[in-house]
Amino acid sequence: MSLRIGIDIGSTTVKVVVLDEENQLLFRSYERHYSKARERACETLRSIQDKLTGQEVRMVITGSAGLGVARASGIDFVQEVYATAAAVNTYIPGTDAVIELGGEDAKIIFFGGALEERMNGSCAGGTGAFIDQMATLMNVSIDELDALSLKHEKIYPIASRCGVFAKSDIQPILNQGGRKEDVAASIFQAVVDQTVAGLTQGRELKGKIVFLGGPLHFLQGLRERFVETLDLDEDHAIFPKDGDCFAAMGAALCATDYAPRSFDEALKLLEESVEAKNTVDTMLPLFDGPEQYEEFTVRHDANHPPEVDPQTYAGDAWLGIDAGSTTTKMCLISPDGGLLYTYYHSNQGNPVAIVLEQLREIYRLCGDRITIKGAAVTGYGEDLIKNAFSCDLGLVETVAHYNAAAHFNPDVDFIIDIGGQDMKCFKVRNGAVDSILLNEACSSGCGSFIETFAKALGYDIAEFSKLGLFARHPVNLGSRCTVFMNSSVKQAQKDGASVEDISAGLSISIVKNAVYKVIRAASADDLGKHIVVQGGTFLNDAVLRAFELELGRNVIRPTIAGLMGAFGAALAARDLHLEQSTLLDAKALETFTHTAKPATCNLCTNHCSLTVNTFDGGRRFISGNRCSRPLGKEKVEMPDLMTYKYKKLRAMEGKGEGDGSRGRIGIPFGLNMYENLPFWFTFFTRLNFEVVLSPESSRKLYLKGQHTIPSDTVCYPAKLLHGHVEALVEEGVDAIWYPCMSYNNDEGIGDNHYNCPVVAYYPELLAANVPALKQTRYLDPYVGLWRHKDFEKRISKLMEAEFGVPARESRQAAKAAYAAYDAYVHDVRETGAQYIAQARSEGRNIIVVCGRPYHIDPEINHGINDLITSFGFVLVTEDALSYLEGYAPRHVLNQWTFQSRMYNAARYVCTQSDMEVVQLVSFGCGTDAITTDEMRDILESGGKLYTQLKIDDINNLGAVRIRIRSLMAAMDARKSREAQAAAPSLGGGGAA
Amino acid sequence: MLASAPKFLAAGYIAKFQISPRLAARSYDGPPAKGTIILAELVYDKTGRLLFTKEMKKEYTILVPQMLPDHFAMLVRIIQNEGYKVEMLGNTGKPVIDAGQKYVHNDACYPAVLVIGQLINAVQSGKYDPHKVALVITQTGGGCRASNYIHMLRKALEKAGLSYVPVISINLSGLEHNPGFQLTLGILRKAVFAILYGDLIMNVGNQVRPYEVNPGETDRVAAECVDFLLEGMAQGKGLSYKSMVKNFDRIIDRFKAIPVTGEEKVRVGVVGEIYVKYAPLGNNNLNEFLLSEGAEPVVPGLLDFVLFKIYNRDVDVDLYGGKWIKQAVCRFLLRYMKRYQHALIDALKRSDRFRAPGDFDELHSYIKGYLGDGNKMGEGWLLTAEMLELIHTGVPNIVCTQPFGCLPNHIVGKGMIRKLKDDYPWSNIVAIDYDPGATKINQENRIKLMLANARGLAKEHAAQEAESQQAREAEPAAV
Repeated sequence: MSLRIGIDIGSTTVKVVVLDEENQLLFRSYERHYSKARERACETLRSIQDKLTGQEVRMVITGSAGLGVARASGIDFVQEVYATAAAVNTYIPGTDAVIELGGEDAKIIFFGGALEERMNGSCAGGTGAFIDQMATLMNVSIDELDALSLKHEKIYPIASRCGVFAKSDIQPILNQGGRKEDVAASIFQAVVDQTVAGLTQGRELKGKIVFLGGPLHFLQGLRERFVETLDLDEDHAIFPKDGDCFAAMGAALCATDYAPRSFDEALKLLEESVEAKNTVDTMLPLFDGPEQYEEFTVRHDANHPPEVDPQTYAGDAWLGIDAGSTTTKMCLISPDGGLLYTYYHSNQGNPVAIVLEQLREIYRLCGDRITIKGAAVTGYGEDLIKNAFSCDLGLVETVAHYNAAAHFNPDVDFIIDIGGQDMKCFKVRNGAVDSILLNEACSSGCGSFIETFAKALGYDIAEFSKLGLFARHPVNLGSRCTVFMNSSVKQAQKDGASVEDISAGLSISIVKNAVYKVIRAASADDLGKHIVVQGGTFLNDAVLRAFELELGRNVIRPTIAGLMGAFGAALAARDLHLEQSTLLDAKALETFTHTAKPATCNLCTNHCSLTVNTFDGGRRFISGNRCSRPLGKEKVEMPDLMTYKYKKLRAMEGKGEGDGSRGRIGIPFGLNMYENLPFWFTFFTRLNFEVVLSPESSRKLYLKGQHTIPSDTVCYPAKLLHGHVEALVEEGVDAIWYPCMSYNNDEGIGDNHYNCPVVAYYPELLAANVPALKQTRYLDPYVGLWRHKDFEKRISKLMEAEFGVPARESRQAAKAAYAAYDAYVHDVRETGAQYIAQARSEGRNIIVVCGRPYHIDPEINHGINDLITSFGFVLVTEDALSYLEGYAPRHVLNQWTFQSRMYNAARYVCTQSDMEVVQLVSFGCGTDAITTDEMRDILESGGKLYTQLKIDDINNLGAVRIRIRSLMAAMDARKSREAQAAAPSLGGGGAA
Repeated sequence: MLASAPKFLAAGYIAKFQISPRLAARSYDGPPAKGTIILAELVYDKTGRLLFTKEMKKEYTILVPQMLPDHFAMLVRIIQNEGYKVEMLGNTGKPVIDAGQKYVHNDACYPAVLVIGQLINAVQSGKYDPHKVALVITQTGGGCRASNYIHMLRKALEKAGLSYVPVISINLSGLEHNPGFQLTLGILRKAVFAILYGDLIMNVGNQVRPYEVNPGETDRVAAECVDFLLEGMAQGKGLSYKSMVKNFDRIIDRFKAIPVTGEEKVRVGVVGEIYVKYAPLGNNNLNEFLLSEGAEPVVPGLLDFVLFKIYNRDVDVDLYGGKWIKQAVCRFLLRYMKRYQHALIDALKRSDRFRAPGDFDELHSYIKGYLGDGNKMGEGWLLTAEMLELIHTGVPNIVCTQPFGCLPNHIVGKGMIRKLKDDYPWSNIVAIDYDPGATKINQENRIKLMLANARGLAKEHAAQEAESQQAREAEPAAV
């Protein structure tokens, strides 16, 4: 038999192996291909040509990027998972499962019985590429990241779905001084969770598990996380020596089935093949030529604040610090806004050190001539920096940016800021920030994405973006999540697009993301007439040009676009008119020290991951908290209807008024049970059942059921149910009651009264996917509650068949249940009314949180209610107000009970001057794609602000805080505007 | 005016086929449009919805988005015969997706992006006078967000400055009425024929195309069949049970006559969310890809979906209560259409050549132990039933298509694969998500994996067969 050659062309690497007749490895290589995959493979083959020339070989290509090469060269192709399975079957018989992580994909192959193979879906993001990206973010090499992770003390919860999410989780931890070691391990843990959650899909990972692929081959820390998470011993966690080449070896094994040809012929085929080029989808160039570019730069360079020479200037100055997610920006200004000193640099994961160094530099410059009369800080790291250096003021970044933009153009009516991590847009009306759009976690990271990509291709960001300026055929990469864009870029490369064209394409994509995803504008007129752009990303001329072209109008980019947050903060510090700043002086800086330690707050069920920062002289700053308790202060109890309802529902367990003699009925505490529990509790206790609620949701409970989740893109509230039912089985209840409900109660305020498909039918999904349910009696019949008589008839039949309950009893219980539900609804409304009355008597503003009933679960909302009330708001929920408005036609099909309530609540809020709406949206909620636009329409046409909070299993409230504070600032601005109408006042943004 | 809709919907009310004269008359009192150069007067109903008036029927061209080319061609012709100017859209590709993404909420499901993109792209194409077109969109009226497409389309039109373009809802739930467009019983009856003809042509086409000796011949024959059916329909032919049965045989004979190679290919079932399952625009030409990979696509027909939607109303009465008369109407309709379905199945069985699909009741029988009868949103239990039917009829290799984040498919698609695998260990199902950002290469790679698995399983199966054969042969000797 001839030698067999397997070539595995992955997204980032090429692996080549040669096998002899005994399946022994004669040769192996593992190389990065820098998107020149075919050339790389040829090179490797040429290196062994002298040994193989003239021989008959069987050659097979595999790998995610190998298909095109195989097609073009006419060499046979095997799907890579299939190849891997072949290798494992041959070399490690008795394997139960394979976990393989590649540059861009993650796979699990289940052996034993029929072969079962899972690959990451289009959402599950990269793995190897994700780790690369995270290492870049932390400014360490992959090896360093690995070494760091081995020294971890704690693991932070990091969203495990996709890289973008994880990034927005990691950044605040870094900014708040979390240890790099812990973050590194947490990153690996996120990869593990993602793989386990996303790919097992209802099949447990157990037995002998083989780990393959580059990342698992090289990264000890990642291995450790897997072994620990899956609780494997040495005999059951196999890391084979050539684990990075298994797919190639499998391809070689599969080659047995294909015809041999001479090595030289095979090499020639490969060398001479030119991949059939797909027509790359291209767009018009950014600039026609250098003249046009020249004109463009001249126009923008005109927006420049005066520069003041700090060497000669004497007098007062104000400092602004923008501790952004990836960069730290600082500005020192003179009274008229002149620039004395500016600084813009990556914060390298440690903003405190950077600011310290810069402050020292500034004090050196100031000497005795310049007095700093005030310092303000904004941005992600605001709290940390403010506490570390005793700044005078912390302000929310939206307000800082508006201050700065208004300095350049007092008429500004639209500001867009694209930073490294996030995108912020706001409309300005009547001199105040009016509506704020932040990018959802899904499209964030745009600025830093270009940077990561530039680095991946071996360029620095400035060089890379310049390449795009004169690209003739920018590639159309679409406008979507950066993870998807990653694949699009790879595809474009494969199709032969040049680096120039890709660079331009990326710039255009970022703009499209901003315009069509975040702002969701159909035309330039939607934005405004006087647009100011800022943020580091707009310093990139290609992005700026793309933006102007996309809008078809010129915009203002100040030369300090990257510094606008800091500049605005400095202006705000100036406008404080302080006599003396509290900023640490030069002397205090000499003894400045800073250490950060992680801790978990155990004062309530939120279990906030705290970072305790200790500074010299025993000053402490704790971050990551939702309430003031870990700070040693009593939690301020503001009226909060979410908490009220939660407590009330949680109490609905036990025997109630019955004796529990008929057995114990388990009810999972999730999804629509947050609405229907009062009904079922009374129904069952009346019939002398004892009601057992599943435990309160928690991360732990989620992890308990995680392995049975079949669809990784379903919403988090639904995913939690897996843990709930498993816990009930463990509890040993006699039966679990979780009926399917296509419809919910008909409140007469919508066109129909459906539940969403996930709420309606999740009981059946659980039945099909949670093996533990086979051990219990799981009742998930179809039930409708809105036709009382019909329900009574049907439920009594069912109860008779299932439990031998006489029909008459069931009927009576049903009547009592209806009454109990009505009483619950009434109580919520009454309590809401009381809270509102209290707010009004105390002169507090009211936030109406609009969401689903199950959003009151603290594990789902992550304590957003505590955060809201901590700002002094009184909180009520949509169901306390929805009854105050009647039916009205909507611009959408108003067909879901829970969603109808939100529309009505929003309509009511429009009639109340002291109320604002915050809408909670679960990530992956399909129905909210419809409700969010409608809610915005209702509120904005009613003169209200629209604030939406997207929630997931992410535990980071940083973005939430920005939104709530921006909302507060906007409310204040409104108020002062109204006051202004009565009497001239100082105005101002009113930041806390 | 829709206040009564939820009640009869919920109660399992059946399609309200004819607009009541009272409603039609009331619909006319709305504000007239502001001064634009329009021939037909813009009339709104009380909720502010722009109506498709009788005047428009004469002047306007009704644009229909594409889903199933053959089916829709015939449906369009049927509506044309009723005196409407109708055109089925063929625009496709990037401009359609771009228009969709520009005007539709980014988190909306992919079919909404495509359907609305196709419609708006067509209106903006310059091919039509935007003031003389009306758009058609379907509404299933179920709890899935797909029932909201029409509202998304209206919002999109407004955003595009085209709010003067009337939108006609096609639904069987009595959701929106238009004085100038009525789905009469006559049209609906004919539509059933179009669906049956379409299903048959699709079915036999799929069974012949992978094996045709002369490339393109199957498509040619399919086009010829559609042509003669359309011609017949124009003259009112082929729209009776009897003539339909005759036409079935005629179609089958035409396809039987296509010369085929005798090779064996892997058969791959395609199920999923209705739009991405059928529309090449939605599934990146899945059929074509499967053919190029040497597989035979098996695509269940459209009629079952229609039957499913009617059955839902029937079973709702059982589950939740409602008027018996509504149930009786549903059951009558079901019986009526099942008879037609049986005619199709019988014709295939008669052919001695083509495999016939199971009927609706057979599909329904499969879901016991998987899903309840009340699972009706989106494709509901039908999707799982189709997978089961495929597995039972020797097609364990299945592509389950869905738009990214499709809500019902979390349950009835991806949610049932685990159990199917438990019950049928050799089943080989791959779930593919479609959305504007998903790259074709990724999707194709996953399908290739499923195909490799299929071939491996087939090989294993053959080896096992051979082994047991050997064992059987060896047995007497051993005794």
